[in-house]
Parts: sequence; C-alpha cells; structure tokens
Amino acid sequence: MSTTTIPSTHSAADLATLLPVRKPRPIADFLSTYVFSKDHKVIGLQFLFSTLLWFLVGGLLALAVRWQVAWPWSDVPVLGKLFAQQGGQMSPEFYTMLFTMHATVMIFLVIIPILAGAFGNFLIPLMIGADDMAFPTLNMLSYWFMWPAFFAFGASFFVEGGAASSGWTSYPTLSTNVAASPGSGMGQTLWLVGLTMVGVSSMLGSVNYMTTIILMRAPGMTMFRLPMTIWAMFITAVLQAFALPVLTAAGFMQLADRTLGTGFFSPEGNMVNNTLTATGGGQPLLWQHLFWFYSHPAVYIMILPAMGMVSDILTCFARKPLFGYRPMVYSIAGIAGLGFIVWGHHMFISGMNPALGITFMVSTMMIALPSAVKTFNWLGTIWGGRIQFTTAMLFALSFVSMFIIGGLSGIFMAATPVDIFIHDTYFIVAHFHYVLFAGTAMGVWAAIYFWFPKMFGRTMNEFWGKAHFFLTFIFLNGTFFTMHILGAVGFPRRLADAYHYETFHHLQPLNAFMTWCAIGMVTSQIIFAVNFFWSMFFGPIAGRNPWHANGLEWSAPSPPGHGNFDFQPVVYRGPYEYSVPGAEKDYLMQTDPPNAAAAMAAAAAH
Amino acid sequence: MRSRLLGIIWSLVFLAVPVLGVATFAVAPAFDIWLPENVSEHGPTVDGLFMFILVLTGVVFVVTEGLLFWFLWKYDAAHAQGPATYRHGSHSLEVVWTILPAGVLLFLAIYQMNSWADIKMRRPAMSPTVEVVGRQFEWRLRYPGRDGMLGTPDDLFIVNDLHVPVDEDILVQLKSADVLHSFFLPNLRIKQDAVPGMKIPVWFKATQTGEFDIVCAELCGWGHYKMKGHITIESREDFDSWIEKKYAEQESTQPVAEPSDAVAIAD
Repeated sequence: MSTTTIPSTHSAADLATLLPVRKPRPIADFLSTYVFSKDHKVIGLQFLFSTLLWFLVGGLLALAVRWQVAWPWSDVPVLGKLFAQQGGQMSPEFYTMLFTMHATVMIFLVIIPILAGAFGNFLIPLMIGADDMAFPTLNMLSYWFMWPAFFAFGASFFVEGGAASSGWTSYPTLSTNVAASPGSGMGQTLWLVGLTMVGVSSMLGSVNYMTTIILMRAPGMTMFRLPMTIWAMFITAVLQAFALPVLTAAGFMQLADRTLGTGFFSPEGNMVNNTLTATGGGQPLLWQHLFWFYSHPAVYIMILPAMGMVSDILTCFARKPLFGYRPMVYSIAGIAGLGFIVWGHHMFISGMNPALGITFMVSTMMIALPSAVKTFNWLGTIWGGRIQFTTAMLFALSFVSMFIIGGLSGIFMAATPVDIFIHDTYFIVAHFHYVLFAGTAMGVWAAIYFWFPKMFGRTMNEFWGKAHFFLTFIFLNGTFFTMHILGAVGFPRRLADAYHYETFHHLQPLNAFMTWCAIGMVTSQIIFAVNFFWSMFFGPIAGRNPWHANGLEWSAPSPPGHGNFDFQPVVYRGPYEYSVPGAEKDYLMQTDPPNAAAAMAAAAAH
Repeated sequence: MRSRLLGIIWSLVFLAVPVLGVATFAVAPAFDIWLPENVSEHGPTVDGLFMFILVLTGVVFVVTEGLLFWFLWKYDAAHAQGPATYRHGSHSLEVVWTILPAGVLLFLAIYQMNSWADIKMRRPAMSPTVEVVGRQFEWRLRYPGRDGMLGTPDDLFIVNDLHVPVDEDILVQLKSADVLHSFFLPNLRIKQDAVPGMKIPVWFKATQTGEFDIVCAELCGWGHYKMKGHITIESREDFDSWIEKKYAEQESTQPVAEPSDAVAIAD
C-alpha cells in the first residue's frame, strides 16, 4: 500500500498541480491507431470520411430524382444503361426507390452521424478538456456498428425488387405487405436491419457523450462555461437516449410483421395486390405514432449540434461574446423538451382524431418560440461585432439566414387548416431542405472549414472555400426556394410524373430550372472535395490557434496527439470572452490565467 | 488582406436573400404558379389563413434578413472603427423577443382553431353522399342506389369519375382497400389520408361547377403517380340526370336480383 494520501476535496487550481503532465502515448500499431482506434479524434474522422462519402451517394440519388421530376420518362444520362431494356427511361418503381433511399442515406448515414458521430466525437473531449471519451471501446463500437448499416443499405440496391421504396417513413401497409411494391420485399427487410444498426450506433454514442460531458470536464469547466457546441451535443445525446428506443422497438415490430407473421400494423383481412397479410388486428396509424415519436425529436437531433457549432463560429468571427448565453442554453433545452410533444403535427391529416390535432398544433406553434429566441440572439451576437468574412463565417451566417426561412415556413405547416392543403406537397419539401440542407449542411461546412486546422494541422484554402460557398449558396436557393411556390400550387411530392394532372401540367419549366440548379449545386462540391484533400496535405501549417479563438480545443496542439493536451488544462472563464476592454488582445482563452499572480502561480506549479 | 470591397459584396449576397425571396412570391402568381382556383365553401378560410401567415412571416423574414445584412455591412472588421462591443446580452431584449413572438404564436394557434374544427370536426348530420375507396391505383366510388342508402344491393359502382352537386353539403366516407392513400382535391382544399381498416368522414360544399383533379397525395406504391381521379361539380339537375343514366346502365347489365355480387365488389 502506498503511503501517499490524496486529499478528498480540493479546488480546481489544486487539482491542476496534483495531476502529472500528460504525454502522448506510444503508438501501438497501424491497425489500432487508424482502423480499430479508440482515440475519439480518429473515430471522429472515420465518421467524417464515411459520412462525406455517403453524402456524395445521397447527392447523386437526389440528382436522379430531380432528373425524373424535371423531364419524366426521358432518357437518363449515365443511369440510362441500367434501363437499356426500357429504352433508357427510368421506371416508376425505380424512381420510388430513389427518393426513399435519398432520404434514408441523407438522414441516417449523413446528417445524424456527421453531427453526433464526426463532430460530437472530435470536439467533445477537446472542448471540455478531457483526454478522451469516458468509454473509448464503446466509442469505437459506435463507429463499427455503422458498417452493418452501410452494408444493409448498400446491398439492398442489388436484391430482387431493389431497395426499400415505401418512403423513408416506411408507412404500413405499403411497407409491411411484401406484395405491395417491388421494394417491399427483401429491400424493406434490409432497410429495417440497417435502421436498427444505425440506432445501436447512435445509442452507444449518446451514452458516451452524456457521461463524458457530465464527468470528464477539466478543472474549472463548470456547466455554464461550456461552449454552445457542447451544450447542443449534450442535449442531443439526451434526446437520442430517450427517443431512440421507441424507433428501435417499432422497427422490430415491423420486422416481426414482415417475417414472423405478427399483425401490429395491419388491420384484419388487409389485402394488397391480391396478397393477404398473414394476420390482422393491427393499426397502420400505430406505426406513424411510434415512428414520429422518434423522428420528430430526430429533426432536432439533426439541427441542434449545427446550431451549437454555428454559435461558436459566429462569436469567433464577430470578435464578440455570444449574445444571451443562458437564454441560448435554455432555448435548446426548451426545443428538446417540447420536441417530445409535437410529433402529431406530421399526422394532422392521417386519420388521427382531429381533436388531437388541435393540441399538437398548439405545442407546435410554441416550439417555434425557442427557435425565434435563438435567431434573435445570433443577430444580437453579430450586432456591434467586428466581422471577419472567412469561409467558416460565411457558411455560419448562411446557416442563420437560411434557418430563418426554414423556421418561418414551418409555421405554415403548423397551422392545421393550411396544412390540409400543403401537406405532402413541395412546400414541406422546401421546408425541410431549408432546415436540413441550407441549415444543417451549411452549418457542417462552417464547422469543417473552422475545425479543419485542428483535425489536420493545416488550414483550407480560403479563396476556393469562398468560391465553394458562393456557388453552393446561389444554387441551393435556386433549387429549394422555388419549391415554396411549387407547393403553393399543391404540387405533390413523390410523384414520378405529375404533369398529366390539369392542375400541375404548367409546372415543368420551373422544375427543369430547379434541376439545373441542383446539378450546379452538386457540381460545385468538386471544389470542396479538391480543396479538402489538397489542404490536408499541402495547406498552410495552422498552429494551435489560427482563428484566435477562445475554446479549450485551440490550446491543444494541431492536430492533438492521443490524449489530446500536452498540459493539464484549467478553465478560468466562459468560452466567449472576445474584445474584453483593457485586455491586450481581442480574445481571452478559457485557459488564460485571470491575472499576473495566477499566471506566475501556474508557471511555478509546472 | 481584409478588403472593404469584399465585405460589401458578401453583405449584398445576404441582402439578395430577402430581395429575391420576396420577388419570387411577388411574381409567382403572374405565372399562375400560385394557389389553384378555389371552388369550396371553406377554401377562402384556408387561403386567407395562408395569406395571413405569409404576410406575417414575410414581415419577420424581411426584418430579420434585413438586420443581418445591415449588421454585416456596418460591422465589417475592415471598415468599422475600434474594438467590438463587449456585451453578453440584454435581459430586457430577451424578455421582449420572448414575450412578443409567444403572443403572436399563441394568437395564431387560437385564431385557427375554429376553422380546423369546421373543416375536420363539425361533421354535417347526414348520411354519406358517396363512399370513396382508395385502391392501388384507382379511386373506387360507391353511390347509394335508388333507396338512398349505402351498403345495399342496388349501390352504384364507378371508378375514378366522381360527380357531386354544387352548393350542397357533400359527405364522403373515405376508406382504403389496401395501403395508405390520400384523397387530395386541390381546388376544394381537401386532403385526407385513406387508412386501411378505418372509415374516415370528409365533407365539403362546392361553390362552383367545373371539372377538377383528384390526386393521390400519400405514397401508395410504384403507380402512385398515376392514381388520378376526376371530380365533376355540376348543378343538381345535371347531377340527377347523370346518376339516373348510371343507374340505368348498371341495371341493364347487372340484375339487382343477385345482391351478393354487389356486396363482394364493395369490400
């Protein structure tokens, strides 16, 4: 037994002197460093590369969808070879599969894992001053559970009948009866398997994030000194943990309906395409309730982390403290809390009791409030700042600008009588693309340009970054803004060809314009891809803190070694102390000692 | 490195959002890319609410995007003098911009409740005018026979060709034979999912005669896009003569003496 006594209570500053100076651990071998790594940064980058690759797949699927919407039944370029027997035209069942898998890939393999998996993993320990996650092995598993999902979704394209084609919402009985549609066969089963695996991955991640943020903060890092990114990741993890089990259970129920002959979601004697469902006694609406009980909170899982990251980037390049830190935290918590009681707004016209529609309408109206508060605070943040137009800042500003559109268009759907008309039209397609693409994806690009130096030790090229921003910004608005007026006509989503309807036959030129913009948008990403890989190897060396930011991650080396910090970080203040009057420089890092005496004490301790 | 010109350009890019956004909505009606002609009694309520929200959100949109542009223009680091304002927020501003939108949103919520109740909850006291059954990929319609009752052997069966009299309450009994469908009448501002195992009432009153589309608005399989129906709104006399013709057609081909056949087709 050692005779050394450890004091049971000590202040943050004492703790700093007690802990040994950390040194990077030796590298074991290639596999454990780069493949089966337990280092949160490597896992974060694995998530980043995988999700960016799927982003490309999802984007190409979207282009194929847009091709059919703009020029139905015309010969498809490139893809046409697949349809040689039909003379190069896309079949309607293939189109149905395309939009189902576009949404599935974008939501489950891109947005959720890139926010929580890539940025959550990379940033949480660095921003709270921890050497790694609380459960590194669990963390590694959360990445490797994505691979069965990648295989299941990927393989489903090649099974008989093709991939799932009942929409990303998989509403029964289209999804449960194997005869209902070509994709309702093996493709749908694989879809459910993939979904479950993504769920396992998210669950492992969320447990880890919550534990890490609660228990592993550096000395002095109180909850109300956490950067908004971490608050957002924390609340997102809580949302995941409470909502996800419902989706997993529902997924298993649908899998049982399809393979074991149960009847959770099919009514008695349901006959589809001359095929009787094995048993009955179920309710198709039950699936919708269970699905949206997860998938509505999931909408916030898909935006909150981006909101957090954008808050950090805006303050850094406005050189100004975040406006209303606590209201910002409370509004995220408010969104998360209200997010659990608004799922019924996806079901206003589903056949659910219309009286229930009224309660969901009121809660949905109220959830617009915290989003409004956040927007006003972002505007307050840049008000009176000294704005630096870096690429990261431009993307962050566009997040705010676009989120205003996505947030406001949500009010139309919340208004139940208006929803009767615009439900399942392009108005809703416009709405969620403004939130998820123009919002989240732009926020993700902001985060990539901002934290790239920390990830790879080099900065990305600013000129090409701005070119990428400009083109993406123009083309995304050309593609998605026009969808609002398309929706005002009542143009329905998910139709392989709507022009044979009297009401919609004059809308083809507008759709062609949108498809050209979409092609431009996807093409512009070549600039990003080249800049990303070129800068990784040849970009200018960044140093620890290229943006003169305050967060803990900027006091670590770029890129940080295994174990992150080469000193014990101690936190003295919140993350947004920019342009403090009387300070020598316009930023005060969280680790900068408060005064000269403290500085000397800290130096002596080292 | 920091150029004022670049700051101006980027500010203008963000100014383009509200300018082009408002312009898009302003010119769309000129190209007939707007709410389709309304022919139902409750339609003006829906359209009015749409326009009300459009104006309300439009004002918020222009003001917030305008402020964003103005701040970028004014506080560009290459142009503004001195350091940034050191300010962590404002309690009174937070109170104002929490209470104000809360009041507006609550008002909106309460304001629309009655219209929703009229359209979806206050069903007219009458027996169904017609039963509509969604089926991959057609609309099967069933009118009461001469006895005026649904579900009897003399019911009239028609596919995709819905006829209703103008200026009368119409009560549709909506069902699905297989998967989810959605009964969407754009010009009547009606949309309601058809759910297997449920009978859902839908009602409306048409105010004008004419022929319009019935669209399926809920994904129902590969042929979803072609699940197209037709609604003909006509005067009471025209409707009566149309249905009389249909009764006669049916009676000439299908004797009423064998009721079991008719019931089998219904479900």
